Amino acid sequence: MALKTLQGGGYGRRGLLKTGAALGAAGLAGPVWGADTVPVKIGQIDSTTGNFAVLGQSQIKGAALAAHELNAAGGILGRPVQVLVEDDAGSPATGIDKAGRLLHQENVDFFIGTVSSAVSLSLSQFAEAHGKVFVCSGGHVDKLTGAGCNWATFRVCSTTWILTDGDSKTLYDKFGKKWYFLTTDYAFGHSEQADYTKQVTGYGGTILGGALVPVGTSDFSSYLIQAKAAGPDVLCLLLAGDDQINAMKQITQFGLNKSMAVAGALFELEQIAALPEAARYGVWTFEWYWNQPGVPHVAEFVKRYNTMYPGLYPSQRSWFGYVSVHALALAAKAANSVDSVKVAKAMEGLVLPPEIALQPGKPMFRAEDHQLLLGMFPGEVNQTGTYPHLMTIYDYVPGASIALSPSETGCTITYPS
Amino acid sequence: MLLDIIFNAFNGLIAGSFYALMAIGLSLILGLNGVINFAHGGFMALAAYLAFTLVPYVGFWGALVIAPLLTGGVGYIVEQLVVKRLYLRDPLYSLLATFGLALIIQDMLRTIWGAQGLPLAIPDFLNQPLSSTYFFVTGYRLFVMVLAVVSTAGLFAALRFTRLGVRIRAGNKDLETISAVGVNILLLRSANFMLGIVFAGLAGVLAAGQLGLTPTMGDQLIMPSFVAIVVGGVGSLLGSLLGGLIIGVASGITTAFYPAGSEVVIYLIMGVMLIARPRGLLGQEGLFE
Amino acid sequence: MNEVMRVATAAPKPRLNDNRRERLGLLLLGLLLITVPLWVPLVGGYADLASRVLIYALAAMGLNLLLGFTGGLSFGHAAYFGLGAYGTGLMLANYTGNTLLALLAGTALGGLAALVLGPIAVRRRGIYFSMITIAIGQMFYFIAVRWNGVTGGEDGLSGFSRQPIFGWPLTSTHFYYLVLGFFALGALVLWTVLNSPLGHTFVAIRENQKRLVFLGIRVERYVALSFAISGLICALAGSLNALLDNFASPDDLKYTLSGNFLIIVVLGGMRNFWGPLVGATIFVLVQNYVSAVTQNWMTVLGLVFVISVLFFPLGVMGFFKRRQRH
Repeated sequence: MALKTLQGGGYGRRGLLKTGAALGAAGLAGPVWGADTVPVKIGQIDSTTGNFAVLGQSQIKGAALAAHELNAAGGILGRPVQVLVEDDAGSPATGIDKAGRLLHQENVDFFIGTVSSAVSLSLSQFAEAHGKVFVCSGGHVDKLTGAGCNWATFRVCSTTWILTDGDSKTLYDKFGKKWYFLTTDYAFGHSEQADYTKQVTGYGGTILGGALVPVGTSDFSSYLIQAKAAGPDVLCLLLAGDDQINAMKQITQFGLNKSMAVAGALFELEQIAALPEAARYGVWTFEWYWNQPGVPHVAEFVKRYNTMYPGLYPSQRSWFGYVSVHALALAAKAANSVDSVKVAKAMEGLVLPPEIALQPGKPMFRAEDHQLLLGMFPGEVNQTGTYPHLMTIYDYVPGASIALSPSETGCTITYPS
Repeated sequence: MLLDIIFNAFNGLIAGSFYALMAIGLSLILGLNGVINFAHGGFMALAAYLAFTLVPYVGFWGALVIAPLLTGGVGYIVEQLVVKRLYLRDPLYSLLATFGLALIIQDMLRTIWGAQGLPLAIPDFLNQPLSSTYFFVTGYRLFVMVLAVVSTAGLFAALRFTRLGVRIRAGNKDLETISAVGVNILLLRSANFMLGIVFAGLAGVLAAGQLGLTPTMGDQLIMPSFVAIVVGGVGSLLGSLLGGLIIGVASGITTAFYPAGSEVVIYLIMGVMLIARPRGLLGQEGLFE
Repeated sequence: MNEVMRVATAAPKPRLNDNRRERLGLLLLGLLLITVPLWVPLVGGYADLASRVLIYALAAMGLNLLLGFTGGLSFGHAAYFGLGAYGTGLMLANYTGNTLLALLAGTALGGLAALVLGPIAVRRRGIYFSMITIAIGQMFYFIAVRWNGVTGGEDGLSGFSRQPIFGWPLTSTHFYYLVLGFFALGALVLWTVLNSPLGHTFVAIRENQKRLVFLGIRVERYVALSFAISGLICALAGSLNALLDNFASPDDLKYTLSGNFLIIVVLGGMRNFWGPLVGATIFVLVQNYVSAVTQNWMTVLGLVFVISVLFFPLGVMGFFKRRQRH
């Protein structure tokens, strides 16, 4: 059964044996379960194929590590944890299909996962309709804990406001007042741009303009021509996944990064690794970073991750998956039940303990919108760094200090009667 | 404003070169083999990944030559195993078969090389803009355009002056007759298929130099390539080249005014062409009526 | 019309046994479908899965009218499916709480599109026809993706759900019966069409188009009609799909879905009325189970395409029919 857990991460049988040996050697081999113990099943819907595959796979790995740790320590309420992974292929229809399968055929107790905003929205609706808690690991669309929120949905990763506010002041102070946007034309991009606009004009800056770029654009030359003509201090890149990578490459090819600062919000460790050295630059907001000297528990976590996945370091996506599973475990323990309504109520106001939070602050799931108030790590990319030393973090910004107040999010939560 | 349009048109030419290279390969295969090759994007991606693996050993230039040829070899195997059996059947079957092949290729690329995006290292001297006003004309993009033109010219020469080339052209017109005259059409078809795939491979390596590699990279180029063939004319290679450049430029110019419409405009052009002049700009009349 | 009947009715007269066997088969099928919620959990399935099968089967049957019976290779039928889905979703999200009305609206939207675009597509034949259908499909896909304000763009259309009909709540099981009802309706419409002179004309067009032209028949008009009816049925299926998911997304319009419908038709048997139902069952089941077993479900799906095309071009039903004759 544990094979299924690891299989989702592309790990395979050989890996399982290696891990078993390694963990056994580390004295972490778990308790023996009773023959008739019903496991607590968590359904993870994440991308293993499609455009978000590399991010989804990190989330899967993080979740698998969490499940492994829980099982070594006695499981949830004395029952083993099973994370069952299904591929959403980046498509909401597929995501719902798989969710249906996990619910009706596997009788999962909870759902976690998603990278794509569309899938997270559809899964959130599905979870509410079927009365199961869904902890959204990596879908950033504001609506999820905003106008479209519901009692069953919680989110680990940030909203666009938290993300953008994480580095907007830093960028403004460091680089300048005149901004130009290059934004992917979908809800997430629009949100980021609107948020940055509000923040920057609030500091006294000016927005020179922006270009909306269709998703899946590979050739940014026309947009970059417009950007150069505008002459900004900061070229703010708010692009989706691979588009961001292409844009950054082309910016270096055109030499534009010499005349303006390139920065933005969301950027992933996995994306940086995909860039050639010349294209590694810019200031971004990370939602979690593995290298936090002086912060307790982080180094041990990284080591455990290295042991389970040799050669790999945890990215923010890994941490999202990790927190998703642990949060459910903590809430279930507090509620002394795996009933979704009780678990949801227990998760409201849940503060992540330091060994799960893995950061200086105290992230908490806010009761009013079920959003985790995680801290942001603004920083810049190391041009000459080798994996995993790809970022230099400037600062830690606690989420509670930058999140929108609950009334501003437009969320109202009602529980089923 | 005019400058803006010129800039974007020039950009469009460069993007169009990719479409043209893909379209030429597709057109070859559609013409002689009668197959709508939905796996063309997959072969393109395969060549890119092979190039990535080869570059540490033979450098960029070596990979540029070897990867497309290797991919052509894979194309040969695929043709022998799958495509060959579908020549005499309704085009629906070859379309579905290649559709399935595209899925398999993408999955295999992801399994072997991982879902991670990968960079392809291109020679430094190509990687710079030629001037600061025309900053978007980098050496590499110019190189892509030049190579597209050169390889098409090379193909034309081959079709005109080599025996294989003449046979391919004759086969496009009337397969039965040349078979009666003693040409081995099985070999001819295989060779033609391979040639088409080699072009896809070339497009793949060049695209990787500019965009990097992902398992899904083929998906984006396959549809515009079909459009390029239809616009330029089925059965005409010069037409495919023109078609690719035209839709590239159209898309580029549309981006200057209305970026959201930059994809739709491609299909609009195709739709209009199909209604007004279905054979395309340079296509032969009644080839697929 | 007389000429057409003579041309098309080249089939041998049905024997009395055949008729009775057919009726029995139909009765059995009906019984099986009506009792699904009772037996499907026993085989590891669930009501929503059965609804999905029927929805895909309905869409494929619609496509089959054009593809298998009229001979038109459309690679863009997901467009009408998707229009049905978005039409229904938009109605429920913005204008009404009446599920049936939304269903009607979605079906009408897709059907209208097929009615209007059909005559354009059928002006050309063969590969050109296929390419036009691809172009149409892609256009609608990009419109859905770009028209953010209305369709939700990439994020899809959410914020609606199927409402009770006259107070009857649409739980998974109840919804299955709704789908079954409309499936039966769609099948009845198709059956009636196919067994009418119109249907015989379609088949005649598939068999020998040139001959009909010489007989003075305006072939394009009939193909356009076939196109319109098949689009309407696909739109109905799409509308039901939006109600099943309580969600509509651009993937409902994508050419990959068109490809899936095509393979369902081929897998089941192109020239058989019930072929698409068999094909849909196989396809949905494979899709459902495979990803639980392996990460490489895409390869398995691709192999399904390749192998069925190479070795089972007549599909499952075609395979059985062939054996029957011997």
